[in-house]
Amino acid sequence: MKRRATGGSALTRARKLGFSFDGRNLQGLQGDTLASALLANGVRLVGRSFKYHRPRGVLTAGSEEPNALLEVLRDGVFHPNVRATVQELHMGLQARAQNCWPSVRRDVMAVNDLLAPFLGAGFYYKTFMWPRAFWEGLYEPLIRRAAGLGRLPQTPQDAPHERAFAFCDLLVIGAGPTGLMAALTAARAGADVIVCDEDRQFGGRLLSDTGQIDGIAGADWAAQVVTELHALPNVRLMARTSVVGAYDGGVYGALERVALHVTAPGHAPRECFWRITAQRTILAAGALERPIAHPGNDRPGVMLLSAVASYWHRWAIDPGRVVVFGNTDHALATARALAADGMNIRAYVDPRTDLGTDAPFALRAGAEVVATHGRHGLGAVTLRQKGRDIRIEADTLALAGGWNPSLHLACHMNGRPSWDTAIAAFVPRPGMVPGMDVAGAAAGRFSTHAALHDGARAAAESLAELGLTSPDLPLPLAEDAPYAIAPLWQVAAPGRAWLDFANDVTTKDVAQAAREGFASVEHMKRYTTQGMAPDQGKSSNMGALAVLADATGGTIPDTGTTTFRPPFVPVSIAALGAGGHGKSFAPERRITSDAQVRAMGAPMLEAGLWYRPSHFPQAGDRDWRDACNREVLHVRHAVGVCDVSTLGKIDVQGPNAARFLDFVYTNTMSSLRPGRVRYGLMLREDGHVMDDGTCARLGEQHFLITTTTAAAGEVMRHLDFVQQAFCADWRVRLGSVTEHWAQFAVAGPLADDLLARVLDVPPALPFMGCAGVTVGGVAARLFRISFSGERGYELAVPARFGAALFRGLLALAEGMGGGAYGLEALNVLRIEKGFVTHAEIDGRVTAFDLGMAGMVSAKKDCIGKAASQRPGLHGPERLQLVGLRPVAHGTEIAAGAHLYAPDAPATAPHGQGHTTSVAYSPTLERWLGLALLRDGRARHGSMMRLDDGLRGRQAAVEICNPVFFDPDGGRMRG
Amino acid sequence: MHLPCPCCGPRDLREFTHKGADDYLRRPAPDAPPEAWDDYLHTRANPAGRTRDLWYHDPCGTWIAVTRDTVTHAVIGATGLEDAQ
Ligand SMILES: [Zn+2]
Repeated sequence: MKRRATGGSALTRARKLGFSFDGRNLQGLQGDTLASALLANGVRLVGRSFKYHRPRGVLTAGSEEPNALLEVLRDGVFHPNVRATVQELHMGLQARAQNCWPSVRRDVMAVNDLLAPFLGAGFYYKTFMWPRAFWEGLYEPLIRRAAGLGRLPQTPQDAPHERAFAFCDLLVIGAGPTGLMAALTAARAGADVIVCDEDRQFGGRLLSDTGQIDGIAGADWAAQVVTELHALPNVRLMARTSVVGAYDGGVYGALERVALHVTAPGHAPRECFWRITAQRTILAAGALERPIAHPGNDRPGVMLLSAVASYWHRWAIDPGRVVVFGNTDHALATARALAADGMNIRAYVDPRTDLGTDAPFALRAGAEVVATHGRHGLGAVTLRQKGRDIRIEADTLALAGGWNPSLHLACHMNGRPSWDTAIAAFVPRPGMVPGMDVAGAAAGRFSTHAALHDGARAAAESLAELGLTSPDLPLPLAEDAPYAIAPLWQVAAPGRAWLDFANDVTTKDVAQAAREGFASVEHMKRYTTQGMAPDQGKSSNMGALAVLADATGGTIPDTGTTTFRPPFVPVSIAALGAGGHGKSFAPERRITSDAQVRAMGAPMLEAGLWYRPSHFPQAGDRDWRDACNREVLHVRHAVGVCDVSTLGKIDVQGPNAARFLDFVYTNTMSSLRPGRVRYGLMLREDGHVMDDGTCARLGEQHFLITTTTAAAGEVMRHLDFVQQAFCADWRVRLGSVTEHWAQFAVAGPLADDLLARVLDVPPALPFMGCAGVTVGGVAARLFRISFSGERGYELAVPARFGAALFRGLLALAEGMGGGAYGLEALNVLRIEKGFVTHAEIDGRVTAFDLGMAGMVSAKKDCIGKAASQRPGLHGPERLQLVGLRPVAHGTEIAAGAHLYAPDAPATAPHGQGHTTSVAYSPTLERWLGLALLRDGRARHGSMMRLDDGLRGRQAAVEICNPVFFDPDGGRMRG
Repeated sequence: MHLPCPCCGPRDLREFTHKGADDYLRRPAPDAPPEAWDDYLHTRANPAGRTRDLWYHDPCGTWIAVTRDTVTHAVIGATGLEDAQ
């Protein structure tokens, strides 16, 4: 292997690029792939196979490469499994072989090859089963060390990757003759077209063939078409872009290698994952050449004929002395063309007996390659003709076992292809993916003429579907040679013949799988690992299937294919997850006092998308609990201020608003007088509690209801559903106004004093009253409601005044011996009062469980009422809300601990319930808990054992009324 | 996958919240026997083929009944609930 002095359509000769492989400094050219650059430097051994650590060389010139998987240094770490055939060379690229130690030439694990008789199909399942005790200590670590191809970098990757979206009338996948013809036809008709191709250059096989189109070289014709498409505003050309998956609704995933071919990407992302939505799609992905399973076919120097031609034409790689082993007229024609171009082809070997006579090389008809020779690379091949073995010195063996249409994407929605005997390959059926047409070689139409014709046809059909008129475009003239294949799946000769080069699966493994009962193709695949390497068996699955059919005595179509799944080529997690790194686009909802509370040093807690202050630390605090206790006592003894804007607020208006609320709340809201507020409970239709909150009647036809922070979205969806599904003709409208109002709780014995200094005209509100007020002339709303058990209010102003109001309230509260309180104190205050949150309303509790059965009105229907009366949703077997307190005051308890009778074992059958919320109460100077306990209300006063298995703690507790503090409510009502 | 919102036009699936089969629209009378309520709440057909289910378009607050095919994943059409009873 060496570089020819001239030629190489992909190369810019003037620009030399230094790179390294396994520490050796080498030189390539601009336009090289890593594979072509290695070949140009005479490097044929590029890696070791997975299981037997056999020497491996470059097999293909495309993304289907099974062998040349290297580690490439990028952004400071070596990335494994980079296909050298896809990676473009750039200045300073560093690559190294993987799956070998200490070096690719002297790999100690190559001893596996000598053990091959013991490592056949299914050896994992046989060898590592017994004795059982060996599994954890010995086998698993052993398998883990040997498993996997390449090593993942162990550090987080933060090189930029992007995600992007595109929409088009027509997506053309593949820019060979078929795709270019289709794109040109559609583009001239004015369709919005996207053309994707994996390669950096458009043209597909035209770049690697010598055939002509309309009297000029195929590559030149492709360049002309690309120039025209490039100039059209309705065409987007996406090079270096692999379409990797087909999904519902004309959606395709595509991976663009934006900046993997440059040393320093600057601000460009390395890769971009596209989501393309297309009205119509033409799959013109061409076909992949398949190797032939003959003994020794895995030796470096054995390549596909199509790859030999590509390296010759595009990268000026001279393969030296070549033997071609083919079984189609197309292979022979290619060999002739390459020989005419100067390639040293020594022999053409074909099992068919009639090849004609006239050729510039030895024609070996009725012959097969039966062995290859050479330690780290090919030196000679042995072929067998009429029972006689002939040895030929050769540097390269070019295999041409026929072509498999690249129909993978057409099968991504579970469609199964059909068998075409004429080309001995699977071809797609029409309509496998809605909106997709498969054309050209991807549909099994292999000649250049057939490709152009089919591309134009597919475009015309898509244009008709799109309602566009096809342009009058003459079909260019091109060869239409017959393909003529005599299938050759395996050569019958002694020695190991490889199918899957990456995973080391031989024809013997497949036959053995069939013998051992793994005769279905999906079983064979898993038993042998055939097709499970990064290349997903693109060049080997067909051969394995044929060998399996042979071994089981079935036909290929009856044997069937394995399932084609996305992605078509490996997609990095970094590209798939682009935009999902860190916070990404996750919105943050901030309360109007956000800047102020952060400036006060409050740690923020996430509540859904909201951020709420946990507590307000002060100098001298030992921990958060000191701050929390101080804030609780502020509320109990002076006045506290808390931002409660995150509560959901829904405005309900209309003549039927009251009737509607009666239907969604268990209790009656229509009897509420304007200027009054009522606590309300909502059920799901299945009878369990959905949410609780307050309902304020602001006017005859105007209500404002609140929801818990967590359930705001769910309640809004629910109310919209009830209204649209069951009372669409009622005159009621709903709107979420959560963000419109900033709302602050002002609670404590001094709350009235504070408000008297804030409100322009303080109203005399009864408990559960509400009124419009003004604050410095700004219209506001005042509700006398309490979630703390103290005399308390909530004051709401339009959100733009929230920050200023909070500052004002805070300054006044601090002047009165109080201050701000955060979420922790809020929680302690409500637990002291036995008020529930979603810690208790966990989706399984009923109104009965909470002791609120009386709130389900007997006089009217409501959502959830019928189901709430089902057997099993009330009675002594239910877990009911109770309070509990440790017998020893100082004993710390935790939520989630389970309750047992004092002498019962801590096992599930004896479980009586669990704690839902706990707090240390600075008011009562002891720990308190709320719990759900079986038949709890009848067990007030009884002693139980609280077992916290997670933390290994136990406590004797007394069950009690959940309202620990001020049980008759005198403080908040008074 | 796109769903046609009668209010907003075809929109991406991720803008919608799924509720379940359109059985939810046929709420029994409050005094219907427990079996009727049990059916309403829990019994679903799970067809291979055409089905109709309920989706909420979060941005506009419209509930829609979507007719679609569980085998081909084709979306056949959608209406607001007032036309779906
Ligand atoms: Zn909408």
